[in-house]
Amino acid sequence: MTPRLTELWVYLSASPLLGLTLTLVAYQAAHWLYKRAGYHPLANPVMIAITIVTAVLFLSGMDYRAYFDGAQFVHFLLGPATVALAIPLHAQWPRLKAMAGPLVIALVVGSLTAALSAYGIGALLGASRPTLMSLAPKSVTTPIAMAVAEPLGGLPALAAAMVILTGVLGAICGPYLYRWLRIGDHAIRGFAIGLASHGIGTARAFQVSEQAGAFAALAMGLNGLLTALSLPWIMPWLERLGGR
Amino acid sequence: MIAALTLLLVFQLVGEVVARALGLPVPGPVIGMALLFAALLLRGGPGENLRQTAGTLLQHLSLLFIPAGAGIMLYGDLIAAEWLPLAAALVGSTLLAIIVTALVLDALVKRRKAGEDALP
Repeated sequence: MTPRLTELWVYLSASPLLGLTLTLVAYQAAHWLYKRAGYHPLANPVMIAITIVTAVLFLSGMDYRAYFDGAQFVHFLLGPATVALAIPLHAQWPRLKAMAGPLVIALVVGSLTAALSAYGIGALLGASRPTLMSLAPKSVTTPIAMAVAEPLGGLPALAAAMVILTGVLGAICGPYLYRWLRIGDHAIRGFAIGLASHGIGTARAFQVSEQAGAFAALAMGLNGLLTALSLPWIMPWLERLGGR
Repeated sequence: MIAALTLLLVFQLVGEVVARALGLPVPGPVIGMALLFAALLLRGGPGENLRQTAGTLLQHLSLLFIPAGAGIMLYGDLIAAEWLPLAAALVGSTLLAIIVTALVLDALVKRRKAGEDALP
C-alpha cells in the first residue's frame, strides 16, 4: 500500500465506523441472498453474514477486537430486542395459556434431551472434560451458556462458539425435520426450534410467522431459565454416574 | 419509534437491576421481557408505536447475532483440537432436541384435542 492508503487504513481500523459498516453491509448482502433464495433454510442469513465478516477480517488482517469496537452497537440491540419479545408473546397469550401443560412437559423433556445428548455423544467419542462441560449448555442463549459452563469446568469461549453453531444448525435443519415429521403447527415448530436453537432459531421462526416466533421466544426464555437452574447439579451427578 | 425504544431500554434496565439485586441466574433482558409481558397483560396490549418498533427489531433479529457470531473465528484452534466429538455432538444433539421436543408437544396437543372431542 502507498503511504497515504496506509494512513487511511490506520485511521479507519481504529474507528468504530469500519466494524459497524462491515456488519450492516454483510447483513444486507446475506439478506439479499436469503431473499433471492426464496428464504431457503440453507441460505441462513446469520451463517452467510458471519462467513462474510470473518472472511473480510481474515483477509484484511483486522483484529476481531477492533471489529467488535464498532460492531458492539449492533450487538447492544440484542438487549432491547429480547425485551421486545414480550409483544409477540402477549399477542399469542390465549394460545399459550391453553397449551400451558403440554408446553411445560415438552420444555423439561426437550431441555434434558439437548444437554444430555450433547454430553453423551461427546463422551462416547472421547471428548475431554472441559469440552463436554462447554457442550452441555449449548442450546441456550450465550450469556447463560457461558455462565453455566464456567463453574462446571467448561471453557466459556468454547461454550459461546458452540451456542452460535447450534443456533445456525437448528435454523437450517429445523424446516427439513418438520417436513419429515409432518408437523405443520407453527406453535409446535416455533417452540421446538426456540428450545434447541435459542435466538438464532427464533430469528428464523419470526421470518416464518409471528406465531412461530412467539413460541420460539417463549421456549428460548424458559429453556434458558431451566438450564441455568438444572445443569449445575445435573452435570456433577451425571459424571459420578459415568464414573469419569 | 424513539418513545418505544426508550420503553424497551427502561424495561431492560429494570430487568438488569432486578436480576442483580436478587442474584437470579437469568440475564437482565430476559427479566425485562417477563416484566414487559406482565405490564402488557395488565394494560391490555401494546400501543401501535411499540408494536411497530418491536416488529422491526424482531424482523432483523438475525443482524444482531453477527458481531458475537463472528467471534467464532477466535476459537478455531479450540474447535479443531476436538473437531470430531464436537461436530457429532452438535449435530446429533441439536437434531435430537428439535425432534424430541416437537414430537412430545405434538403428541400432547393431539391427545388433549382428542380428549376434548370425546367429552359429551
